[in-house]
Amino acid sequence: MTREHGIALLILAALVLAIPSIVTDSYVMTLMIFSGINAIAAIGLCILMGSAGQVSLGQAGFYGIGAYASSVLSQSFGLPVPACMAGAAIVSALAAVILAVPSLRLKGHYLAVATLGFGEIVYIVLNEFGPGGPSGFGDIPPLSFAGVAITEPAHVAWTVWGFLLLVLVFSLNLLNARPGRALRALHGSETACSAMGLDIVRLKIKVFVLSAVYASIAGSLYAHYVTFISPSSFSFFHSVLLLMMVVLGGITTVWGGVIGAVIITLLPETLKSFEELDVLAYGLILTLSLLFLRRGIVPIVIDKFRSSERGHA
Amino acid sequence: MLDIRNITKVFGGLRALDDVSFSVPAQSVSALIGPNGAGKTTMMNIISGMFPPDEGSVSFNQDVISGLAPAAIARRGLSRTFQHLELFGEMTVLENVLVGRYIKSRSGFVASGLRLPSVRAEEKENRERSLDILASIGLAEKREERAANLPLGEQRILEIGRALATEPTLLLLDEPAAGLNIRETRDLGEMIVRLNADRGITILLVEHDMDLVMRISTAITVLNFGQKIASGKPSDIQRNPDVIAAYLGDEEPPC
Repeated sequence: MTREHGIALLILAALVLAIPSIVTDSYVMTLMIFSGINAIAAIGLCILMGSAGQVSLGQAGFYGIGAYASSVLSQSFGLPVPACMAGAAIVSALAAVILAVPSLRLKGHYLAVATLGFGEIVYIVLNEFGPGGPSGFGDIPPLSFAGVAITEPAHVAWTVWGFLLLVLVFSLNLLNARPGRALRALHGSETACSAMGLDIVRLKIKVFVLSAVYASIAGSLYAHYVTFISPSSFSFFHSVLLLMMVVLGGITTVWGGVIGAVIITLLPETLKSFEELDVLAYGLILTLSLLFLRRGIVPIVIDKFRSSERGHA
Repeated sequence: MLDIRNITKVFGGLRALDDVSFSVPAQSVSALIGPNGAGKTTMMNIISGMFPPDEGSVSFNQDVISGLAPAAIARRGLSRTFQHLELFGEMTVLENVLVGRYIKSRSGFVASGLRLPSVRAEEKENRERSLDILASIGLAEKREERAANLPLGEQRILEIGRALATEPTLLLLDEPAAGLNIRETRDLGEMIVRLNADRGITILLVEHDMDLVMRISTAITVLNFGQKIASGKPSDIQRNPDVIAAYLGDEEPPC
């Protein structure tokens, strides 16, 4: 991890600690919690797209597995929530391996197509066979740690953003060590990677599993926070939303996922003043940013900052 | 060390390589030369596993390697550079070399994410070895620069550094002097000789710069239109009438 990342993490950690004093409105607090949950899933997609160059259109599937598996495990078997989240992550990881092994052996965007189908299958299965069917189910045990329930919104925000910090530290460690360098190299030149002896298919499978586990953790947090879930939260639309966060924030750094998630989560709320026209404004903003901020917000800001720094030196 | 036997490769109707055999003795600086389109780069790609030969075989240390994936060949100790540079442009000079250390280290996803003590120790060792390599090729001061920002000459050198990081016993250099000026080419020649003498790395070189080839090689194979037309010591090659004809053209009656 470089020094800049360390500083950014410390700033974020300080902001997280200060959440209860910054955010007083309970609705804004809810949005903060959702931003954090989305950011965790977005970081996984960021690493997948920015390094392995693969697109997933089915992250909502893993998000859904994370939510349902963790809820069922805790509700029906009475297991502690952290254990249920871990269990759900393992289920998601297995699903990701089954999906990735055949599709990543082929060159091209087969994974994208496979994930599109996968997301739909998860959605249909949850509708048909999930507890409560299309209307979902409630009374999911709230987040808890060592037997203590976490229900106070500020504490939930701490938990979610705490998880997000852990995910960021893990990801940054990874990206600046052997496997992460290999992943970034993959984005540079696959030809050179194979000449360096890297097993490209294995690396891509592993990073896909990582993105699935992150989405699963996000889904579990979501379920134990809202305590009521239905399949509609895990539809194709949510996969597209996650994709949008990553593209808007920028895929070349994990911070892109965080910023993108916060913006996309807050955007609909800030557009409330447009009343019925909010969907149009939303679409317009996204279209314009895809046209003019192609590399994503974070990489553009970093470049601006670096060049102005050089200008002063 | 490397045995090329009866290699044939056909692209469409073109016989890019036609029943070519030669070998690279251990510890040698061997060169593969020939006019444009002679099939040199095709041969490099076949040796490194980028594509399989239609006929014939490549053996490395007595094992047949033709048909293996490039990564599997690299892991056996055969590394290469590219005529059209394939650096990781967005990564730093040091990181490029560190990627070369991949097959010589083990840290996995989970251990790296958690930054376990074993990972730290391995990272430290990889860093030291990579910095040593950068020092030996004269790029130590540019270690934090983005690879894409280096001038062409240094990019070529960095490709060699990255290949060295995999600790190869045989190094394939695909036109390492292309685009370099006279001084850079001379430095490159000295470096290749040093790698061969100090590290005991066997070199197989594809090169257009005849001066460089004649100065540093111990054995030369000449290709023309996909066929081997000569092989031997530099002094023999320089006198070989077939080679001279291939490079300068046959005497033809004036029209």
